[in-house]
Amino acid sequence: MIQAIAFYFFAAIVVASAVMVIWSRNPVHSVLWLILAFFNAAGLMVLLGAEFIAMLLVIVYVGAVAVLFLFVVMMLDIDFAEMRAGFSRNAPLGLAIAAVLLAELLLAVGAYNAGGLQLGTPQDRLAQAADTSNIAALGALLYGKYIVLFEIAGIILLVAMIGAIVLTFQPPKPGARARQDVGKQISRRPEDATVMKSPEVGQGIEL
Amino acid sequence: MTAFFQSLGLSYDWAWTVATLAGILIISLLVMFSVAMVIYVDRKVLGAIMLRRGPNVVGPFGLLQSFADGLKVFLQETIIPSAANKGIFLLAPIITFTVALAAWAVIPFSAGVVLSDINVGLLYILAISSMGVYGVVMSGWASNSKYPFFSAMRASAQMISYEVSIGFVLVCVVLFAGTFNLSGIVNAQQGFGLGFINAYVVHPLLFPMWVVFFISSLAETARAPFDLTEAESELVAGYQTEYSSMSFALFWLGEYANILLMCSLNTLLFWGGWLPPVDWAPLYLVPGIIWFLLKTFMFFFMFSWIWATVPRYRYDQLMRLGWKVFLPMSLLFVAATSGYLMATGHFDRVAAPAATDTSTIVHSNPAQPKAVRGQS
Repeated sequence: MIQAIAFYFFAAIVVASAVMVIWSRNPVHSVLWLILAFFNAAGLMVLLGAEFIAMLLVIVYVGAVAVLFLFVVMMLDIDFAEMRAGFSRNAPLGLAIAAVLLAELLLAVGAYNAGGLQLGTPQDRLAQAADTSNIAALGALLYGKYIVLFEIAGIILLVAMIGAIVLTFQPPKPGARARQDVGKQISRRPEDATVMKSPEVGQGIEL
Repeated sequence: MTAFFQSLGLSYDWAWTVATLAGILIISLLVMFSVAMVIYVDRKVLGAIMLRRGPNVVGPFGLLQSFADGLKVFLQETIIPSAANKGIFLLAPIITFTVALAAWAVIPFSAGVVLSDINVGLLYILAISSMGVYGVVMSGWASNSKYPFFSAMRASAQMISYEVSIGFVLVCVVLFAGTFNLSGIVNAQQGFGLGFINAYVVHPLLFPMWVVFFISSLAETARAPFDLTEAESELVAGYQTEYSSMSFALFWLGEYANILLMCSLNTLLFWGGWLPPVDWAPLYLVPGIIWFLLKTFMFFFMFSWIWATVPRYRYDQLMRLGWKVFLPMSLLFVAATSGYLMATGHFDRVAAPAATDTSTIVHSNPAQPKAVRGQS
């Protein structure tokens, strides 16, 4: 009963906010609706018993990816009139994508009605059956059976990170100001920077 | 509590729901009450350090000052700037406040005294604290004013930077405890140091991590010396500039609830939570919640102490500390900790049940039994 209420609650909000992402005119509002959709999808994951995935969804997508979206959209000065002018030009492409998505949806409904698929391997079920937590089961799989794939994924991410740094790194120009030396800044004391003087009356300033 | 509501004739599902709602209400009320008292303590400590009296007019010793302030802002008019984006402007303080309260769901106040004792407790706290950025960013953007916007940019960059090193510190603790469950982490600290000290912080690998965590929690909650988001001399009052009345009070309460949360995390992860400092039987006669509150408020005292003592950082210094000092250091310590624990055979002792589970999974996989068994 309560699971059903919770499911329909989360699912309704996911669908409604997904609709609002494309409906709302202000792009910042769109991103905020998208965040709401992510968050409620995490709620659905919790209902499925996949609490680890749910937490990762919130940490990675809500906590990091969506913040960057929000930054970019807030910083951009978006001209709505210009955006609407491009509507008729991009309409055929949009319609094509919509048609593909509709076909996929129909296919999914058809496949669902055709009966259950045998997707899960025996291993997944055993991991659930053995009374382990999500994290332990995932860890055993990731660092046991799929260790090579996991390492490859890690190296791909590392290469991507180094690539991004190399692309945006600008070496200091030869004529630029001296680089900041933090040690030197911190070790600077008042005695090095200021001098006490007590000039006589009428002295010290040249008029 | 579920059993009590079941005895009133409710089915298990509904009894559980009612009991959970009651628990949420109790925890929120207690957190709000301690926030009110902690604001008073903060001002009193600050006053004492500055050789002033601090609040001393409302109630005995000024104890009711926070409640008087609350009543005052409650009666004030809510002003919404005409250029503001109304919906988001009003939503932002609500999000800050809700997120600050939501994290308390997994905090164990004593053995078994916790609203939801979930396996992923620490990840839940990380997830919730990463949501805290939104209240700030939304308020800064929706105010449609330049100082709040600058402040929101600063705050989000600061929170994201320090969350990275906090994440690595948590990994070190989780490696030692072998669980993400906060109660499990506290229980793992019993008799940890030399067989009688109930704290992780005495370990030479974990003490530097605690220092990093404590400083990062100052930065995460935007307390002095990292309060650049509301640097009065530069940004008026930061992202709260355009707020008034209750919407301002919600920011304020949320901020202090977050500070208390960080203090209690320091307690739970490094200082033994509800366990007495030393593993000695008579000390266990004191209820666990007393130890927990004592340690938490000790950390809060340190927060106010630092507020009164240290001057504000420059923004480039803040970023340098987060990315160039804490991040490499915590990464190094994650590697060092896991290496040390592997070398001393810690995982064979802690994760013994998990290890047997792994072997059952591996054996039942006929496809490649040998290759994987070598791993486990």
